[in-house]
Amino acid sequence: MEFGIVELSRLQFAMTAMYHFLFVPLTLGLSILVAIMETVYVMTNRPIWRQMTKFWGTLFGINFVLGVATGITMEFQFGMNWSYYSHYVGDIFGAPLAIEGLMAFFLEATFVGLFFFGWEKLSKQAHLVVTWLVAIGSNFSALWILIANGWMQNPVGAEFNPQTMRMEMTDFFEVLFNEVAQAKFVHTVSAGYVTAAVFVIGVSAWYLLQNRYTELARRSITAAAAFGLASAFSVVLLGDESGYSATHSQKMKLAAIEAMWETHDAPAPFNLIGFPDQEARETHYAIEIPWAMGLIGTRSLTTEIPGINDLVALAETRIASGLIAYDALMHIREAREAADPAISATFEEHSADLGFAFLLKKYVDDPRTATPEQIKMAADDTVPTVWPLFWAFRVMVGLGFGFIATMAYFFWRSSFRGMNYPRPALWLAVVMIPAPWIAAEMGWFVAEFGRQPWTVDGILPTAMSVSALSMTEVTLTLAGFITFYSVLFIIEMGLMLKYIRKGPFQDVGETEAWVQRHNDRLAGRRNADAIAMPAE
Amino acid sequence: MILHELLSYELLRVIWWGLLGVLLIGFALTDGFDMGVGALIPFVGKTDVERRVAINTVGPVWEGNQVWFILGGGAIFAAWPPLYAVSFSGFYLAMFVILAAFIVRPVAFKYRSKRDSATWRSAWDWALFASGSIPALLFGVAVGNVIQGVPFHFTDDLHTIYEGAWYMKFIGLLDPFSILAGVVSLSMLVMHGGAWLTLKAEGNVQARARVIGAFAALIAVAAYILAGVWMAFGIEGYRIVGDYVTGGPSNPLHFEVEKTATWLTAYSDRPWIVLAPVMGVLGGLLTFAGLRAGREVSTLLYSKMAIFGVISSVGLTMFPFIMPSSSDPKSSLTVWNSSSSHLTLFVMLVCALIFMPLILAYTAWVYKVLWGKVTEADVTDNSHSVY
Repeated sequence: MEFGIVELSRLQFAMTAMYHFLFVPLTLGLSILVAIMETVYVMTNRPIWRQMTKFWGTLFGINFVLGVATGITMEFQFGMNWSYYSHYVGDIFGAPLAIEGLMAFFLEATFVGLFFFGWEKLSKQAHLVVTWLVAIGSNFSALWILIANGWMQNPVGAEFNPQTMRMEMTDFFEVLFNEVAQAKFVHTVSAGYVTAAVFVIGVSAWYLLQNRYTELARRSITAAAAFGLASAFSVVLLGDESGYSATHSQKMKLAAIEAMWETHDAPAPFNLIGFPDQEARETHYAIEIPWAMGLIGTRSLTTEIPGINDLVALAETRIASGLIAYDALMHIREAREAADPAISATFEEHSADLGFAFLLKKYVDDPRTATPEQIKMAADDTVPTVWPLFWAFRVMVGLGFGFIATMAYFFWRSSFRGMNYPRPALWLAVVMIPAPWIAAEMGWFVAEFGRQPWTVDGILPTAMSVSALSMTEVTLTLAGFITFYSVLFIIEMGLMLKYIRKGPFQDVGETEAWVQRHNDRLAGRRNADAIAMPAE
Repeated sequence: MILHELLSYELLRVIWWGLLGVLLIGFALTDGFDMGVGALIPFVGKTDVERRVAINTVGPVWEGNQVWFILGGGAIFAAWPPLYAVSFSGFYLAMFVILAAFIVRPVAFKYRSKRDSATWRSAWDWALFASGSIPALLFGVAVGNVIQGVPFHFTDDLHTIYEGAWYMKFIGLLDPFSILAGVVSLSMLVMHGGAWLTLKAEGNVQARARVIGAFAALIAVAAYILAGVWMAFGIEGYRIVGDYVTGGPSNPLHFEVEKTATWLTAYSDRPWIVLAPVMGVLGGLLTFAGLRAGREVSTLLYSKMAIFGVISSVGLTMFPFIMPSSSDPKSSLTVWNSSSSHLTLFVMLVCALIFMPLILAYTAWVYKVLWGKVTEADVTDNSHSVY
């Protein structure tokens, strides 16, 4: 594969998106866990829960800020590096991004300042509301981003407009209630909750191993394990739901994940492991579980799941149909409003396959002049590289089941064994801290790499989506992002470790004294005689 | 869905052109003082505590303010996709610099006071200075370029092509008029930051902010007037020629456009728009007077008036153009040919009408909770929890 502007832009997008997603899952989950801890504090009035809220809140803040900062890149990168994509689908794709800003990001960003600075200025209850608004805002953010991403996977509620040479929205509610988007949303936020639970349990386990802050650590594990167990079930079940919806929307991605070259009689087996061979189009040394794939993918024993070879043949017929659409489109573009209704009708009939004609743009300027060999090559291009998908998916799923087991264990120990944990289990919890991040990145990789060669599945090829930039420009910004993000990562990890090592600011006695002062102060405000706040 | 046809396509386009202005102004009014304070930090804070006072005046609100920038990007994407595609790929390296600034700034706020080392803190102070002043300058430079037209054209299938070598997309932006526009925006935001610090700080920090802010106000007014005169005599404008429809499909190639001697004929066509530059100049002068006299609340309001006047004057003068093309005028982006579809504009308007009032309400509440000055005692007493 030659390395051109398309590959470089893809590399940049993948890098910045995956880097952004190092911070997002923890924000999603920790915001809710912290809000739960503060709720317990407000309901029980026990200072230890306030201390927990402030301690995990500090770590949340260090992580949150990088999520915000790296998210900015995402919002503008489509226009910078993918300007044809932005023009072509902005009418649909831009809307959820803008709504995300209006509905979610404004909420979380406006209140996160009060979360940190409002302890002295707000009553307990008001502060709790602020904390929940931050958590709700963060999670709504994910909803709209995944509606946008879901549309790239399953472009519903839109059609091509020959007058404007782009896709335009025909039904907002179809875009909103896209089944792929909904499944992805719950799957992704659940992954975030698992990440936070593993993080909280891991850090707490480290305290227990050192016999420091044991009160805080035990309670944190209790809260995180219950939360994490429910989320781990959710993440696996909704992952399954995503697979089920991919059966009708993204057959090629499903077949590639499965390395299923030939259509199998229903119900198809699931390849547990194996070594996919793209050249020969077969999977060596496959260990199969009979029926499993058919049951997961179609939830029936009789529906067939098409294999890669059949899908390539289908792509070839869609390219032929797309060429008819492309030819009609060229006439309509020349004639504008005066276009012949018969040609417009032909276009309407074949417009769903227009994107397949665009696949030929990689080989010829005018797809209509493509040779049969080029059409064959373009059809082959619809198969993503199989082995990375195959393995990334299996690592993700394996870790997913691992999380269920770990969370169930810690939940059991915390609920029925008096919050006592054997040392090997604590060590395991510490070692497991990076695992949810690995699973989350693998998940993104499968979703996005599996969609290739498309940016919008079946509609717009990746190769056509890029901006007309020079290699120098993209190399410069890529180098800039790498340098910059590496420095930020080192600084962030340094601060995280510093604050974990340092532990909570106050001991419980001090927190109790603080609560007393705080109540006096709030009462004092009404008597117009504010009591001075000693340093915390 | 036929509901969206309640409002004509033409009207929706004008509304979204107005909302684009609201977002840019909202961004300049809120995030503007963050950038201004950033640019002022080395000058208003001589000691660590003084600098922390300045930082903590914006500490609790910068995150919310920065969302105006993000929302601006998202709204341009949703309502004006061709503008989003053309401008950000066209100002590619400049955008990268701005993004870098907007990434460093949050981190600087958050991390600066988390270690005691003087080197650590001074490095982050410089990061705050750079990430406040450089975007403030570049936003103006970008506007200066848009006023003069940007060298791009569309191919038949609407790929955007930029003329010239890649480095011209950065160096080429820095022509004298655009630099002057950059001076307007930088000095205006420094003035705004000065007005903010006058309201939120006291003692030395406030005194220095008043002096520098007043100076910046004078520069902003002078540079703005100079740019106006320059536009009258030295900068070409654009106009649409021939018949055109205002409610037709959004295809930038459907219009004929030519260059004219000046943009300022807009003021004879629509005389009322003269209100905008008047507000700009008057607001700047009143801010100057207010900073000199040490008035706090009213000065910030005058500063907001100046920003409102200056930004809206650019949009009103260029209407209906949004981003003209200097090398191929018929590729120019106007209100009538570069919006989203009728349905998308309507859906987005409904969302904006639901959420903008909510946003304004809770933002106002947060500012109310945080009302009052940030003192040196606030910083030293709560050293762990503040920035």
